[in-house]
Amino acid sequence: MSILIDEKTRVIVQGYTGDKATFHAKEMIAYGTNVVGGVTPGKGGQKHLDRPVFNTVKDAVKATGAEASLAFVPPPFAADALMEAADAGLKLVCIITDGIPAQDMMRVKRYLRRYPKEQRTTIVGPNCAGIISAGKAMLGIMPGHIYIRGNVGIVSRSGTLGYEAAAQMKELGIGVTTSVGIGGDPINGSSFLDHLERFEKDPETKAVIMIGEIGGPQEAEAAAWVKANMTKPVVGYVAGLTAPKGRRMGHAGAIISAAGDTAAEKAEIMKSYGLFVAPSASELGSTVAQALTKAR
Amino acid sequence: MDIHEYQAKELLASFGVPVPRGGVAYSPDQAVYVATELGGWHWAVKAQIHSGGRGKAGGVKLCKTYHEVADVSRELLGKRLVTNQTGPEGKLCNRVYIEAAEPFEREIYLGFVLDRKTERVRVIASGAGGMEIEEIAHDKPETLLQIEVEPAVGLQPFQAREIAFGLGLNIKQVSQAVTTIMGCYRAFRDLDATMVEINPLVVTKEGKVLALDAKMSFDDNAIFRRRQIAEMRDVAQEDPREAQAGQHGLNYVGLSGDIGCIINGAGLAMATMDMIKYAGGEPANFLDVGGGASPERVGQAFNLVLSDPGVKAILVNIFAGINRCDWVAQGVVQAAKDLRVPLIVRLAGTNVEEGMKIVQESGLPIILADTLADAANKAVAAARGDLKAS
Repeated sequence: MSILIDEKTRVIVQGYTGDKATFHAKEMIAYGTNVVGGVTPGKGGQKHLDRPVFNTVKDAVKATGAEASLAFVPPPFAADALMEAADAGLKLVCIITDGIPAQDMMRVKRYLRRYPKEQRTTIVGPNCAGIISAGKAMLGIMPGHIYIRGNVGIVSRSGTLGYEAAAQMKELGIGVTTSVGIGGDPINGSSFLDHLERFEKDPETKAVIMIGEIGGPQEAEAAAWVKANMTKPVVGYVAGLTAPKGRRMGHAGAIISAAGDTAAEKAEIMKSYGLFVAPSASELGSTVAQALTKAR
Repeated sequence: MDIHEYQAKELLASFGVPVPRGGVAYSPDQAVYVATELGGWHWAVKAQIHSGGRGKAGGVKLCKTYHEVADVSRELLGKRLVTNQTGPEGKLCNRVYIEAAEPFEREIYLGFVLDRKTERVRVIASGAGGMEIEEIAHDKPETLLQIEVEPAVGLQPFQAREIAFGLGLNIKQVSQAVTTIMGCYRAFRDLDATMVEINPLVVTKEGKVLALDAKMSFDDNAIFRRRQIAEMRDVAQEDPREAQAGQHGLNYVGLSGDIGCIINGAGLAMATMDMIKYAGGEPANFLDVGGGASPERVGQAFNLVLSDPGVKAILVNIFAGINRCDWVAQGVVQAAKDLRVPLIVRLAGTNVEEGMKIVQESGLPIILADTLADAANKAVAAARGDLKAS
């Protein structure tokens, strides 16, 4: 098992015929991902990478039975692409695009709530490296070779820091069920908590590492959830201990950001909720190894 | 992106928010001219910098004569003002705003902000306006009036009324306050703001509601569709190196240490800086070269890092996914010719073998590292002069 995707998941690529999308679609196919086609408005009916191109996501779903999509759409059109995917009934959309306006993402999240929870599309990203179920399928831009199959789940805000964790684990012979990059934007499609819930239910995953950053309430919320609901050991790390305090404008931001915004505070919160906190970024792998000894 | 008070007021006024009459000036003479045009007996001369806390820092002065207007303007223009929000280097005041001053009897705080927790716009108001709003939020959060805006329909007039009545305004003031609150919200939504703050919103002696100060910040990701806002940019308010970095698609923040950092991804960049500190060193900067770093962009990154005279070693840490190590390596090798400081390079991920080969075959004195910890330790040693390339 793994979460979100496996080798059978039928995947389409939105913005399929663009240069970057083409490069990464090829990588995904080479990794074994079941890419069944793509969408580029105006290029419907053509073939690209030996797979059909459609004008709309609905057309693609009808013809291929697609369940998931990787969106490689420029920022001005990204919100539209996400809502189109949700409306066509895709279960999962992973959006790599960096630079989407925050209010657009706010609208997308509100739009998703028109569907009942069990039918609602899961969005992963934006501004992320994507999802990989080691040895099965890849929905993203990560270097696939650094992930070996195993029993640890990774969920990370940062793409490259997620790679770092996987590489350190590989070095110790520890593999991955699924790695999810939730992205670094202020408003993201899904949170640490959403994926921790999935990892908790996944029988193959024995432990999870969550890699956070400064800013925002998600790490603290997830840590509290871990304490209350999770039976599997969780490793935590928060980057940005040395990050400078940002210059700021006005008071409004400070009023709403309660305690727990800095890296040190978040690490402290994680510890207080019983997570294994990696003391530095070079000890991600070794801390996972330590946590695994506590796994049932 | 931030803008000046006078620009924010101009924008908000176009959404129906009542603001005092005023005009911007770039010289003392111009300031006096603006004051004469405005008429009246009292004028506020306000330093225009991208920061709050100006009043306490001496950046806002009430003047009773044209002479005073000229003197205060002369004093403020060209000065670097340090407030509790600017950091020690302060911000350069290159324009002043002259406003007709009116006596007021109440100060109110009104703020609009994008709340990451609820993923909605949050409206915050307090009857105790002025400067101590953060203390109030910390000590007596229950006294703040707060409303979340449902994104599908936007802020509704009844919500604005709830705030206005909650502030204890009389019926005539309530309708003006509702116009103000609704106008600020529409400006926030329609202009892709991330923050709108009126501190204070005042009730004048004559019973008028007036936005005495205004601050607005905008979503950098949305500037592409807000040309009007983009034109309001004042680069003099930005760190010159950060502004230069932005032009090349790089994200740079200068710090006080001596190890220059060139890294892909904000998370890995922060983690690497943390590792440097852990290893006993101090990072000179945060620099994220971003995805798809071309050799040119890597070259620009080197220029930026080296423009800091305090840099004694440079650490390049690239874990390539969307990037490719061979491209980055080409950029590194080009930039590393005639380098004045030791260079430590750690490459991992996509095309790592090709990348390493390019670095090794360059014949340049580059110190290679294979893990994050190794890279940080070598960088710290090199900056101390304890390690040289073999």
